Amino acid sequence: MNFLQYLINGISIGSVYAIIALGYTMVYGIAKMLNFAHGDVIMIGAYMSYCATNYLGLHPLVGLVIAMAVCTFLGITIEALAYRPLRGVPSLAVLITAIGVSYFLQNAAQLIWGSAPKNYTSIVSMEPLKIFGGGLVITGEVLITIAASIVIMLALTLFTGKTKMGKAMRAVSEDRDAAQLMGIPVNRTISATFAIGSALAALAGVLLCSTVPTLMPTTGSMPGIRAFTAAVLGGIGSIPGAMLGGILLGIIETLSKAYLSTQFSDAIVFTVLILVLLVKPSGLLGKTVQEKV
Amino acid sequence: MGNKKRLVEIPSNTFLREEDLGKPPVLDVRNLGIDFGGLTAVDEFNITIGQTEIAGLIGPNGAGKTTIFNLLTGVYQPTRGCVLVKGVDIKGKSAAHVNRMGVARTFQNIRLFSQMSALDNVKVGMHHDIRCSFVSSMLHLPGFYKEEEKANEKAMQLLEFMGLSEVAEMPAGSLPYGIQRRLEIVRALATKPSVLLLDEPAAGMNPSETAELMEQIRRIRDTFHIAILLIEHDMNLVMGVCETIAVVNYGKIIAKGTPDQIQNNPDVIEAYLGKG
Repeated sequence: MNFLQYLINGISIGSVYAIIALGYTMVYGIAKMLNFAHGDVIMIGAYMSYCATNYLGLHPLVGLVIAMAVCTFLGITIEALAYRPLRGVPSLAVLITAIGVSYFLQNAAQLIWGSAPKNYTSIVSMEPLKIFGGGLVITGEVLITIAASIVIMLALTLFTGKTKMGKAMRAVSEDRDAAQLMGIPVNRTISATFAIGSALAALAGVLLCSTVPTLMPTTGSMPGIRAFTAAVLGGIGSIPGAMLGGILLGIIETLSKAYLSTQFSDAIVFTVLILVLLVKPSGLLGKTVQEKV
Repeated sequence: MGNKKRLVEIPSNTFLREEDLGKPPVLDVRNLGIDFGGLTAVDEFNITIGQTEIAGLIGPNGAGKTTIFNLLTGVYQPTRGCVLVKGVDIKGKSAAHVNRMGVARTFQNIRLFSQMSALDNVKVGMHHDIRCSFVSSMLHLPGFYKEEEKANEKAMQLLEFMGLSEVAEMPAGSLPYGIQRRLEIVRALATKPSVLLLDEPAAGMNPSETAELMEQIRRIRDTFHIAILLIEHDMNLVMGVCETIAVVNYGKIIAKGTPDQIQNNPDVIEAYLGKG
């Protein structure tokens, strides 16, 4: 029974990782850059929702919408100011810039909200589900998080496969210059990708803090790194891969905390990552790129 | 050469098809030049292309032909001179914008979106033609199906035009080489160009495929009433299908004229074969 409980908790935290990883993977797939500031957008999203409900007294769902709107705007702004001027320069410069943006966001948050942790009230007000006469408790947060991640993954798959913007994104992802020459507005397409990724980050932030109710300027950084690991584990650039990677990571983390060691859980997670990459360098569901000779 | 009769010599030392007379040129390139560092890759390049002309751009390897294509499509910004597309200067415009102004191209080394189906490749070319909001496509509102249906139909018609309807659902990267070349032309046509630039369309084709391609190039012009400018090394194709030819060497035009004139031009023979 304990095992089942751990498993469900693992899937739940894994679903949060999955939503964050989806943002990472979308941006990587289309803009071909690792947006290390993604984790901090999560933190900003959580703070926004916190402010909307605690200072303005708004309904938590309104707070969530505000958080998503602010983060969408933030994502587009970061891309336009920090990353767009670097298009066409070596990717290392973009990577360093992303780390810079990450620190900038963390320090800005510290200036605005201070470094003391805030007590985040969950936005979910659902009665926990008790199964087996209370032997297994599934909280509302868990249910909502898992449902949200599945809906988001399906919606993103549909979006990239069926819509005109989605097709433009796939075209930009495969060959940016050729897409541009076919009339695809590349800058706008990349902006749209950042908008989607950042809106998802806000949602992930709210769900994360609803599950783990402490909020501080560094709240986003560790989940951000774990989600990045998840995206790589699943195969970066692949939408189902991010989902699978996130959930697997959540399960491995929770189970190793429960049965092996709390302190070494991160080490175990990264060991699994290394083992998977040794066998399948492109990740579990990643496409193996075959160069024609 | 049946084409010769229908060509009229105009003062600027180029030729126009009779039906293009009195109409503004689709492409007017004046004194175009680009330097890369200290190297002048293209210089004093002038060309005027009528609205339904099939023109050829030939020259030895490394003469600057693809660089000229990159200048005409907004990939490179010229150091000197200007490119007018239907009278409008493309200076400072992005490649996507230049495409919407009416210039479409194919690539010397095929650059299809290889993981997408042939049909989706064509639909990417139709990006600006598909009017469908994000909301209606996500929610699959009736408007989405109607637009999607229309787009599919148009894309299929274009594929069929080049004899590719059977491979519509196959990933572009899995198609045979000759078919990929034709699919690139279809994708370019899907952007509704006024002038189509073909970069070595016959490269890697056998003689019978090349003959078919010549037929298709003429058919594209006659059906869509657009101009075509092509770079090609296959002289049978160039002499057979182009009405006017410009020869470049070391980034400069060394000769312009009809196929007959070019074939007998001593400068051209020297550029290709060296001094006798």
